This record gives sequence, structure tokens and C-alpha cells, in this order.
Amino acid sequence: MRTGLFIGLNMRNAVGKAVVYGLLGGGSIVILMPFAWMISTSLKDLSHVFRWPPEFIPDPIVLENYPKALTKLPFDLYLGNTLLIVGATLIGELGVSAVVAYAFSRLRWRGRDALFIVVLATMMLPRQVTLIPDFLIFRYFGMYDTYWPLVIPSWFGNPFYIFLIRQYFMTISRELDEAALLDGCSKFGVFWRITLPLSTPVLAAVAIFSFQYHWNDFFRPLIFLSDTDKATLALGLRYFQGTYGTEWNSLMAASLVVMLPLIIVFFFAQRIFIQGVVFTGYK
Amino acid sequence: MNISVPSRFLPTRSTRAMKFNRGETRLAWAMVSPWLAGFFIFTAFPMVASLVLSFTEWDILTPPKFVGLENYHRMFFVDKYAMHSLKITVVFSVVSIPLNIVFGLAIAMLLNTNIRGLSTFRTIYYLPAILSGVAVALMWRWIFSSDFGLINAALNVVGIQGPAWLADRAWVIPSFVVMRLWSVGGGMVIYLAGLQSIPTDLYEAAEIDGANWWRRIRHITLPMLSPTIFFQLIVGVIFSMQIFTEAFIMTNGGPANASLFFILYLYRKAFQDFQMGYASALAWLLFVVILLFTVALFRTAKFWVYYEGEANE
Repeated sequence: MRTGLFIGLNMRNAVGKAVVYGLLGGGSIVILMPFAWMISTSLKDLSHVFRWPPEFIPDPIVLENYPKALTKLPFDLYLGNTLLIVGATLIGELGVSAVVAYAFSRLRWRGRDALFIVVLATMMLPRQVTLIPDFLIFRYFGMYDTYWPLVIPSWFGNPFYIFLIRQYFMTISRELDEAALLDGCSKFGVFWRITLPLSTPVLAAVAIFSFQYHWNDFFRPLIFLSDTDKATLALGLRYFQGTYGTEWNSLMAASLVVMLPLIIVFFFAQRIFIQGVVFTGYK
Repeated sequence: MNISVPSRFLPTRSTRAMKFNRGETRLAWAMVSPWLAGFFIFTAFPMVASLVLSFTEWDILTPPKFVGLENYHRMFFVDKYAMHSLKITVVFSVVSIPLNIVFGLAIAMLLNTNIRGLSTFRTIYYLPAILSGVAVALMWRWIFSSDFGLINAALNVVGIQGPAWLADRAWVIPSFVVMRLWSVGGGMVIYLAGLQSIPTDLYEAAEIDGANWWRRIRHITLPMLSPTIFFQLIVGVIFSMQIFTEAFIMTNGGPANASLFFILYLYRKAFQDFQMGYASALAWLLFVVILLFTVALFRTAKFWVYYEGEANE
């Protein structure tokens, strides 16, 4: 068998195979270890957290750390706030980016390609250059300490997602469009009834990226929100750290719960996730 | 809409013959208008505004005062933290980006050897890449704990007394490099896809010619992957230079400012000291540095990035 052709390693012998599995297995343990450590700490009694050398299997197992940490956080309130922001940004980013991407891929008009270069350039722009005026504009309009600064920009589309969706739209055959146009469908009708339904993979990928980004986002909530009742989960964890900074069992329990929704989404939508990443990074 | 009604009666040819259809053009501008408006409101205007602000002194409460190039003079010659934070951010990026690429490539190559359990391995390696932010930073802070942390516990098992990591001026930047290496899977899946698309006959031909494994990597794998590696380098620069959340949560710049990354310093100047003018100048400095790195990388591209279908003379 001509295995190993791809990287050129000689895999014809069992030793080569063992080395590859050994390296990959060892690497997997290194990758998963931080999670195991986190879970272990989150189940320990505080006095057992500070023991040297540390015990990996907690004894006793303290499940109460979870309800305690979530009440102190407070999890319900911050989850609601986060979902509100994540939901509103996701709908905006997905919907508007798809509409813009359609004009950049399936319509013919003067200036299209020049303008698309501008989209690409803004993708490369570090957000920090625009940060301060961005902050001052929202503050000027009295939107400091509201969710508007977190949500409004996403309703103008996101260059990264416009690019991603456009690339996908470009791959769809135009024959269906032309048939529909002949049947009297409008150009916008084609977008709505034909292009969008054919693009569910890329739309799902964008939805997931948007969810992931805003779920994790810390910088903008940190800058724009000050009332602790309005905090997102990321910001809430930061407050939690400030108040209970040395209670590592509670901190790890809270952090794990905040990571969990993303991990769950990842396991169910893994294929979409990875295809989306590959599509952006490779093509 | 003048296209929808008559189009079914018109032969398609003549519709095509018109170079730009007016209705279509109008629809297109309507569809891009949200992005275009956003571009002016949230990109173009703020960029110009921050450039203008960078020549002023402004604490938000009193009107801005024009100070010419003073902010720039201050960050280059007076304020030792500005250059210090830029330096450590660049050092971090220069170490972290190549390491992530090398490890990402290595793992992708190992995964691309017809092994069993490919998708399980890929899931495991990719998992950290989806997580980021405060929860991850808290986790690493605990892992790097000098007295009770995972890493020093592991080192202890093999009889090594580990350093204080985040609390040690010499080890704090390496700690951040290690942390970033954990999410190496993000690039890895992209390299893996690239590897899978390399035609196998190239390797077969090389093997017949007697090329050993290193020569096959050197002369087939790496050139074929070079556009992907190039893209990852560019994205890596932009991403690494903006490291903030991890630094804010794990060290808040300490110890003794050894991890005062640039954006952390900018954040302090803007949102703690309310020096909006100076912070804008800092933002422009970072922008120009990132731009220079990007341009420099593009300049090197012609020496090592291989695009298929382009004749290489």
C-alpha cells in the first residue's frame, strides 16, 4: 500500500505508523488536559484546590460549586443579556451581509469590482484604528451603557461575512436564475427564492461564526457597558474574577459553564464549522 | 422596477447585450447601501477622525486642543511605555506566529497519512480554536499558577521546579506564546484541506525519481501550500498584534509591565486616563506598524509563494 505518500513519510512499516499515532495521541492529551484540569478544579473543595502536589481526581467531589457559582455570577441575568446581544447581532450580520454579497456576486453594475476591493481592504483593517471615534460617536448620541453600540454596527454588514457569502454565491450556477427571470421572477425574487435557499451551508457557517464571535467578545462590552446588571457573560466572568478571584473552584465552574454552549454547538455543527473555516482560509 | 415586467417578453440575448442594466444597477446599489453607509459611518469617518484627534489633546470633558505633533513626539521620545508595549507586542507576534504555523503544518501532515480516526483527532485539535475570551484566559491563569497550577504540577512529576510563569518577567511572554499554541487547530484544519487537495501524482512522480520524504515536503508540499501559509501569516499578524483580552484577564500587564501589550496600553490611555488624543495617535501607530508588516510580507511573496497556473520563470 502506498500510504504516507501525502507527507512523504514512509508509512509502509509499523514503526512509522506507531510514531504517527503516538505523536497525535500525545498531542491530543496535551490539548484536552486543560479541560480536564478545569473540570477537576471545579469539582474540588476550596481547601483541596490549594494542595501541593495537586490531586487530579477530586475527593470529595463537590458538585455544589456549580449552583453556587452560577448564583453568584448571576448566570441567568447575564445569559439573557448575552443572548439578546448575540441574537440581534447575528440576525443583522447574517441578513445584511447576504444582501450585500448578492449585489457583489450576482448582479452586474458599474463600480462593483472596485467597491469590492474596498470590502477586502476593510477586512484587513485592525478595528482599533476606528475604536476611539466609534466610542465617541455612540457616546455623543447618548448610547453609552446601552446595547446599541454592540448591535448597531452589525446591521451594516460585516466585510468578512460579505466576502465569505459572496465567494459561495459565485459558485452557484446561473441557469436557474435565468429560468426564473424568464418566468417573470424579479432579480430580488431570484435572490430570495433561489440563491438563498441554495446557500444554506455558507449561511449556517456565518451564523455560527457570528454566534461564536459575539459570545466570546469582551472588548466592546467592556468599553460600552458600565452598569453591572447589563453585563454579558464574558463581562460577568470578569466581575466574578474581581470579587472571588481566589476561589478557583467557583471560577473554573463558572468559566466551564460559559464555554459549554460553544462546545455543544461545535459538536453538533462541526462539519459546517470546519468547512466554513476552510472555505475562508483556503480559497 | 422596469426589468421584471417586460423581461419575459424580451429575448434574453438583447437583455444581455446591454452592458449594465439600469434596473439591475439600481437594485445593486440598494443592496450594497447598508454596507456602504456602514463603511462611511464606522470606518472611513472614524479613521479620518482618529487621525485628526491624534493631533489634539482631549479629555472628553473640555474641548479638544490642537497640539500638532506633540502626541507623536511623546510616544517616540518621552513615554517609555509606548515603545516598550509596541516592542513586546512585536516580539510576541514574531515568536508566536511562526510557531503556530510550524505546529499547525506538522499536525496537518501527521493527520494526512491515511490514519484511522482522522475526524476524531481533527475535532480534538480544532476544539480550542472555537473558544477564546475571558473563560479561556481564566483557565490559563489557573494552569500557569506557580504554586498550584497544572504545568508546574506536571513538571514536578519529572522533577523540575517550574518557573513562576505569569508572575515572572522573563516567562510571562513565553506563557502567552504557549497559550496561543493551544489553539493551533484553527490553522491546522486549513492546512489539512490544502494537503488533501494536492494531486497525488505529484508525489508518485517524485517517488519514482527517488526523492526522499524531506525533498518531497520541500519541493512539493510546501510550494503547493505556500498561498495558504501566506494567507495565515497575514491574518496572524493582524490577529496577534491586537492581543488584549488574555493580557487584561491573566496579568493586566504585569509583572512590572512585562506583558503590557499594545492594545492594553491603548485601552488604559483611552478609557482609564481619557487621553483620547494620545490614544488615537497610539492607534494610528499600531495601524501603520501592522500595515508595514503586511506590505513587507507581500514584498517577500514573489520569492516563495507559488500560485498554480502562474508561470514561474
